[in-house]
Amino acid sequence: MTQNLTQNERKIRKNAILRKTIGQCVIWLVLIAMYIPIMVLIAYSFTRAANIGTWTGFTFLLYADLFNDAEIMVALGNTVLIALISSALSTVLGTCGAIGAFYSKRRSREVLESVNQIPVVNAEIVIALSLTVMFVFFQSYILGGSNVFSFWTLLIGHMVLQVPFVYLSVKPKLQQMDPALYEAALDLGCNQTQALWKATIPEIMPGVASGFLLSITLSLDDFIVTAFTRGAGLLSGDKSIETLSTLVQAKIKKGPIPPEMRALTTLIFLTVLAVAILVTIYRNRTVKKTRKGRKGA
Amino acid sequence: MDEKTTIISLSHVCKVFEDGVTVVDDFNLDVKEGEFITILGPSGCGKTTTLRMIAGFELPSSGQILLNGEDISLLPPYKRPVNTVFQHYALFPHLDVYDNVAFGLKLKRIPVEVTDRKGNKKIKMKRLSAKVIDEKVLRALQVVDLDEMEDRDVSTLSGGQQQRVAIARAIVNEPKVLLLDEPLSALDHKMRKDMQVELKEMHQKLGITFFYVTHDQEEALTMSDRIVVMKRGVIQQVGTPENIYNEPINAFVADFIGESNIYNGTMTAPNRVRFIGSVWKCPVEEGFTTNDIVDIVIRPEDVELRAKGEGIADGVIASKIFKGVHYEYIVKVGKNEVLCRDTRNHEVGKEVAIAVDPENIQLMHKELTVNEYGDAIIDNANRVIIGEDPFECDVTQLLKGSTLDEEGYLVDPNSKKRYDLKNAAVVAEVGLDKIALSDDLGSGQTQGTIISAVWIGDHWQYIVRTDDDEDFVVNSPYTWNENDLVSVSIAKEDIVLRLKKGIEDYAVD
Repeated sequence: MTQNLTQNERKIRKNAILRKTIGQCVIWLVLIAMYIPIMVLIAYSFTRAANIGTWTGFTFLLYADLFNDAEIMVALGNTVLIALISSALSTVLGTCGAIGAFYSKRRSREVLESVNQIPVVNAEIVIALSLTVMFVFFQSYILGGSNVFSFWTLLIGHMVLQVPFVYLSVKPKLQQMDPALYEAALDLGCNQTQALWKATIPEIMPGVASGFLLSITLSLDDFIVTAFTRGAGLLSGDKSIETLSTLVQAKIKKGPIPPEMRALTTLIFLTVLAVAILVTIYRNRTVKKTRKGRKGA
Repeated sequence: MDEKTTIISLSHVCKVFEDGVTVVDDFNLDVKEGEFITILGPSGCGKTTTLRMIAGFELPSSGQILLNGEDISLLPPYKRPVNTVFQHYALFPHLDVYDNVAFGLKLKRIPVEVTDRKGNKKIKMKRLSAKVIDEKVLRALQVVDLDEMEDRDVSTLSGGQQQRVAIARAIVNEPKVLLLDEPLSALDHKMRKDMQVELKEMHQKLGITFFYVTHDQEEALTMSDRIVVMKRGVIQQVGTPENIYNEPINAFVADFIGESNIYNGTMTAPNRVRFIGSVWKCPVEEGFTTNDIVDIVIRPEDVELRAKGEGIADGVIASKIFKGVHYEYIVKVGKNEVLCRDTRNHEVGKEVAIAVDPENIQLMHKELTVNEYGDAIIDNANRVIIGEDPFECDVTQLLKGSTLDEEGYLVDPNSKKRYDLKNAAVVAEVGLDKIALSDDLGSGQTQGTIISAVWIGDHWQYIVRTDDDEDFVVNSPYTWNENDLVSVSIAKEDIVLRLKKGIEDYAVD
């Protein structure tokens, strides 16, 4: 009997080890498949060869070329500016919307929520096209034909993409929040605005922050809406605004991908990695904030 | 207490929610300064709504709330000199203990007389200085026994400690009235007991008025100066704990406060009342005449167990529980159960007699607005058993928005939790106008004999007693005579049910 049991036990242990090994193998394979392209890219950002596959010696020259290429620098500046401005505005708007919807009556909240869902599931091309049609309509019937496409239409385009995602990342935080917190703030002497700032906003801040970060990524790599809604402005001056995505698109239409792009994407990847690491560290921090100037005051 | 002034006065306060449900109906109450007053009632009786109206989170639909004679009914919460301790504490998670307690003080502005450059004296609103805030916070934390804890994050505190922070956060603002919304309900039993004592001590130390809301009768009896018992938005009784326990005004209050035996009875003479199959001597009280239908309340400690034949009613001991100081017995007298306590040990199955000192038989006017059956049970077909007869009823009313699945379980629409109501103890209520009588004895769910027929202005009021001693009071325009045998039928939707225990006790895992 005892013999039997131990044999059985051994079998179970063996199976468990096997399962664990297979699982780990799958994870590693997936990770390798995901990161090999990036690793190759990073490696080839240190050689000046036009085509990937030929190695013409280790050099930082691509990086130097990158910072000397005015076109790319303008596009980078435009991309960052539009990402920051649109994300900031979308975050404010989306957060206000989420708070407003959360405290409205059930009926209107449900309507708002389903309206908000549509852009999220909608194809980007539909959004881009419909925006363009709307802008053209404004241009011809209201503004009497003068060109409406500019930084502002691009900004509206990006915000249309971002606001629903901000709403969706703030909403669950509001739902998790103890509704009595807002009432407690009122009870302790806050008026409605103060209560919102001192009780509600700090509670939903993680949602607001992730909404902002999500908006940045949406804006950074957006091509379709940008291509359809952009006009003259920002660092491009009188010419049509060029962002990284539209610039790359324009370049590969004419020839091979410019090698400096390898250096640029490497830098972008490293920045994102740094941000991701910082966010993780911030979330896991266990050290308590020190408080100053309170006792013995 | 009498010479003290009234601090809060609610007059004719009503609250009707948007869906048309009246939650608080004509609430009148004067609270004296420094009083510990408790609103007690089952969930959904409007007690929390009343508190929220005083706090300012809900506005009364009509009526007035006066604080020190000033109408505050429509003031926003932040302009009211009251503070609330919330049921689930509602501490700010992003602040530590100190900042939670200091929250109200940092918002406070006090008038200070200043002299400007021209030498004119002006009243300016100024913040409290950091030093004053510091002193007040530390003192409040001392009152709740949390000194040295001010730098802790609130999430690292235990339930009881969070509760103390919530109390400190409220009292540090020196409110005129402290509102407490079931503050101990989230604590475990032992902690609750300790906090009861501490709250009472705090109340004495601080001297401010406590307005306490709870569904726990023991909490109410232990701590309060006065208790207000509420049922469905209406005040049932206001009185001291002793007063409410010893002289409950109706069966609801008696049932809610402490354990009690409650029976339907009929006066057979000014000092005689008939219930559980015997006629008992009772005190002569004004307002009770022969043939009145009454509720009888007898506290278990007032029932005497005697040898068979030496009491007023004979019965058999059906169960015995050892409670330490005494035994608790259930004696079956006919079909009725009598709960009683005795220090002597008797065997289950022993035939005994029971007796009650007439002074301890509490007579109460029966509310003749509704037939109430306090010992009804749901059977396995989701019917309600009144007496011994099953009636079709709508059990989905026990949980708002719920439905029945194919297997007969009640299903919560939100959590999808299932509840098995078989053998659930309920209180069933049927309006006097909702019962139909008929000569066709097979047409109803049960049948009985008319034992009383009274002409009330424009209709008859009958009392029909069934074979199993259940009485139905019926309003009817048709004429029958006493001793007529009639059938009784009640439509499914006219039976109003209320669970005696919480719905969670019937959850199916």
